[in-house]
Amino acid sequence: MTESNYGYISAINGSLIEIKGFESQIRLHDLIKISEQNILGEVIQIYSKYVVAQCFESTINLKLKEEVIDIHEPLSMELGPGLLANIFDGIQRPLQQAFNKFKDGGLPKGLKFSSLSRTKKWHFVPLKKINDVVNSGDIIGTVQETHLIEHRIMVPPNVSGKLSFIAEEGNYTIIDEIYKLKKNGKEKSYSMLQKWSITRSRPYKKRINPNEPLITGIRVIDLLFPVAKGGSVAIPGGFGTGKTVIQQSIAKWCNADIIIFVGCGERGNEIADVLKQFTELIDPKSGRPLLERIILFANTSNMPVSAREASIFSGVTIAEYYRDMGYDVAVLADSTSRWAESLREISGLLEEMPAEEGYPAYLPSKLSSFYERAGVVKALGKDNLENEITGSLTIIGSVSPPGGDFSEPVTATTKHFVQAFWALDASLAYSKHYPAINWLNSYSNYPEYISNWWYERDIDWSEVDIDWYECRKEINEILSKENDLKYITQLIGEENLPEDQQLVLFIAKTIRNGFLIQNAFDNIDNYTDVRKLLGFIKIIILLYKESKELLDQGFIIEDCRAIKEINDILRIGQSIPNKDFNQIEKLKEILLNRIEYMKLTRGVSSKK
Amino acid sequence: MSISYKKIKQIVGPLLFLKNEHDVKYGEIVKIRTDDNKERTGQVVKMNENLIIIESFEETTGLSSENAEIIFTGDSFRLKISKDMIGRTFNSLGKPIDIKTKKELESGILTDIEREIDGIPINPFAREYPSEVIQTGISVIDGLFTLIRGQKLPIFSGQGLPHNKLAAQIVTQAKVLTGEPFLIIFCGIGIIQDDAIYFLNRFQESGNIQNIISFINFAEDPIMERLIIPRVALTTAEYFAFEKDMQVLVILIDMTNYAEALRELSSAKEEIPSRKGYPGYLYSDFASIYERTGKIKGKKGSITQIPILTMPNDDITHPIPDTSGYITEGQLVLSRNLHKKNLYPPLDVLASISRLMKDAIGKQNTREDHADISSQLLASYSSALEVRDLISILGEEGLSLNQKATLKFGDDFEKKFLNQGLGENRNFSKTLTLAWEILSNLEKNQLFRIHKKFIDKYYPELV
Repeated sequence: MTESNYGYISAINGSLIEIKGFESQIRLHDLIKISEQNILGEVIQIYSKYVVAQCFESTINLKLKEEVIDIHEPLSMELGPGLLANIFDGIQRPLQQAFNKFKDGGLPKGLKFSSLSRTKKWHFVPLKKINDVVNSGDIIGTVQETHLIEHRIMVPPNVSGKLSFIAEEGNYTIIDEIYKLKKNGKEKSYSMLQKWSITRSRPYKKRINPNEPLITGIRVIDLLFPVAKGGSVAIPGGFGTGKTVIQQSIAKWCNADIIIFVGCGERGNEIADVLKQFTELIDPKSGRPLLERIILFANTSNMPVSAREASIFSGVTIAEYYRDMGYDVAVLADSTSRWAESLREISGLLEEMPAEEGYPAYLPSKLSSFYERAGVVKALGKDNLENEITGSLTIIGSVSPPGGDFSEPVTATTKHFVQAFWALDASLAYSKHYPAINWLNSYSNYPEYISNWWYERDIDWSEVDIDWYECRKEINEILSKENDLKYITQLIGEENLPEDQQLVLFIAKTIRNGFLIQNAFDNIDNYTDVRKLLGFIKIIILLYKESKELLDQGFIIEDCRAIKEINDILRIGQSIPNKDFNQIEKLKEILLNRIEYMKLTRGVSSKK
Repeated sequence: MSISYKKIKQIVGPLLFLKNEHDVKYGEIVKIRTDDNKERTGQVVKMNENLIIIESFEETTGLSSENAEIIFTGDSFRLKISKDMIGRTFNSLGKPIDIKTKKELESGILTDIEREIDGIPINPFAREYPSEVIQTGISVIDGLFTLIRGQKLPIFSGQGLPHNKLAAQIVTQAKVLTGEPFLIIFCGIGIIQDDAIYFLNRFQESGNIQNIISFINFAEDPIMERLIIPRVALTTAEYFAFEKDMQVLVILIDMTNYAEALRELSSAKEEIPSRKGYPGYLYSDFASIYERTGKIKGKKGSITQIPILTMPNDDITHPIPDTSGYITEGQLVLSRNLHKKNLYPPLDVLASISRLMKDAIGKQNTREDHADISSQLLASYSSALEVRDLISILGEEGLSLNQKATLKFGDDFEKKFLNQGLGENRNFSKTLTLAWEILSNLEKNQLFRIHKKFIDKYYPELV
């Protein structure tokens, strides 16, 4: 850091201030601080006579001529142990600590807290020895950050050298000296803490194709519209369509190692809900609260908009840090529309020429700079056994289109940058079909990438000898046939259709009511694992196949509908826990016996 | 210390432009005094080295560049609050008024404390997740969309629908079951005098006036005051909730007037509009009002909000209801159809939702069967509506027995459960008993959303 430069406020307009005095030295996106009230801001425009900065807090009570300091570094995240199970505002100020100090629950201006505790001690275990040569990203030691997650201490990007000192196993704070590197005769000391600017993505060796699904436990997603680890998804939906429930459900059950939940301009009570749920929910494997794998960013709708704009980049920066350690990280951003609105607000104050609906013309480039940070990468560094490190970063962003209209700028633009799109539908939500993911408008480009993964985990049912990928195709076909038949059905009535078409409608209904509808609040139904999903969908396909055969043999559609086991099939979601997969197999046997019996008795009766 | 200025350079609508010759604070409150000794209040909204822009909270008619004196108070707007306020009516600046004459009353109130009206955001970590109920005594709300302490649950209405009556009924009947001190703050934004008097009369009749503080901004009052009054009401609410441990329910009516005032000001400031001319910050601005609701860890009190808004052309996708719905925790939607059928309150139950009720109802708070009942009522009513559609195709003769029963249930639901007298106050137990009564139109095996143990316990058996 160079010596501080000083300037003074020359104009104030909402969250924007004009500053004179250091326009020649300051760099774009440097942080500034208004001395007396300790308010942070970021330089967003530089002119010859003044610079413009957006403040991360309310500017009420500021005066002209107040002193401003050039901090001479961009808005950065503090990276190190202590991030997990913690809750921050949009610019990484620790909210729990703020509450400990301000017990009345308010969030006053000018908080002076370091993001990560400087006094807490962590148990560091070194993995390298003196005279080892290390490069950017190499893991030199570990800290058990929570019971669930081991924090791997990495050499920061753009740093390398020969270890001239490394701390012994023991307890250290994040600013204690942990190791020293010697390069070109110069020695430099490092602690566990490193910093990274939020607007630049952290460097990696190379990007690789995703090949593994992020299993969400939500059937309609895992079968029809899957997302890969390292993928990007948008969930658009009007209010009341269940975006938040889906986001929370994924945060609870998905198979990522670490979840970063960014509450961006949403409700305060929702954050309270998430905090409460994750403190109470226990990870079945370790018996520890799920909160231990979560980092929360909460910049609720009534908190300053500039910090809201920063919050999703803050979240994704920390996600990249854990990705570089070799973890699968998922960033859940709720909602990116609120973030886009904060861009619009600031752009309006700057009196920039608006593009669509008042949004600035740079909305697409800003959105892409967020979603493009998703991916699977080979990290820069190596672990202590000199193995390469692979990590992934998945981004799931919800979008809140005004009036549920998907043609509005934020939804339309987001579509360009995501590979999967889960369109939530108000009419499904009205008829209490949850999750209200519309199977006709939604899409995913990931099935080809991850079909191998599923193929390896296929269940071995000789009666339905197709894998996950083909099951998908089959189900999609039935659902789209149902849609094609919709119009004609309304016209002439279902009973006047040919039997085979009635069967399609019947099976489609079974898929919708049994398989697609899922109760996020039911203890059994809230999460469907891989085997249960495959069993569930295959038994429906089996039902379809056998019913077709029955029709061919002269049975009528009523006979198929009357099969008693259909009720049990519809209830698989809520009644059969994941661990009792054999019950699905049993159900399959009963179903096959029933149909066999039908065929036999029919044969008998016709012989009479 | 206050310094006064003459010379206004420019007046545009509510905005006054002055030369910057003084050391003022951003957001500082100014007094605008005219020759006739009238005093208005305003606020600094923009300033640079040459110019100060002041937004007048009150009417600027009659101001000229010569006749007005601007006094900088060196302070932001502070509201005087005290326990004296309970049972009385105030204007948007917190001064007591007589609602019949619209005059300010001479007798001020004693001041306990002074507070800035913008408040500070609640630390999300400090929030306690709301989980205790408020009984409104209205079956369809208590039964299906239970109001939770600390929730913001708006009513989306339309012109000519009885939201006033509903608001008044909620105000007079609402109570917390645990018997803690309960206070209602009624905030009228741009309402007509007749309505204001109607509300006050209803409050007086109910004998509940000792628990009410009213803030009224009349329809012809300056629009700028509409932007202040909800903040004044909420600042008062915060005092009683978080410093006096009271359970406070705030009614804001009508938020559509508020949003229109915001649009008018935005247009006077020549800001870039987004949807339907509303400013891009409508969401953040609404949030700065709606989010002042909730519970705080370690405090006994709570703030609950029922904002009421009229949807222009009954359009729920209009920016005002749409933006509100994204911030609030559910919504109660009034239906013109039901209103035409003379049903009161005409609540469109399929479009309505209360997001916080799932964790708050049940054994400890209301009754063990509550959650099942509400989900069954909604499911069965939704099938009843489908059957009604069928009748128009098949005729009533074509219906199966089950469908006929469902139809009967639907009628009973509207006439017996939803429909309720203006003065009729039903407690939770009465509401749930009523629900079982109408559900008994249906066979037990049709009640697939209710656990068997509750059916065994509560299903009314015919003797």
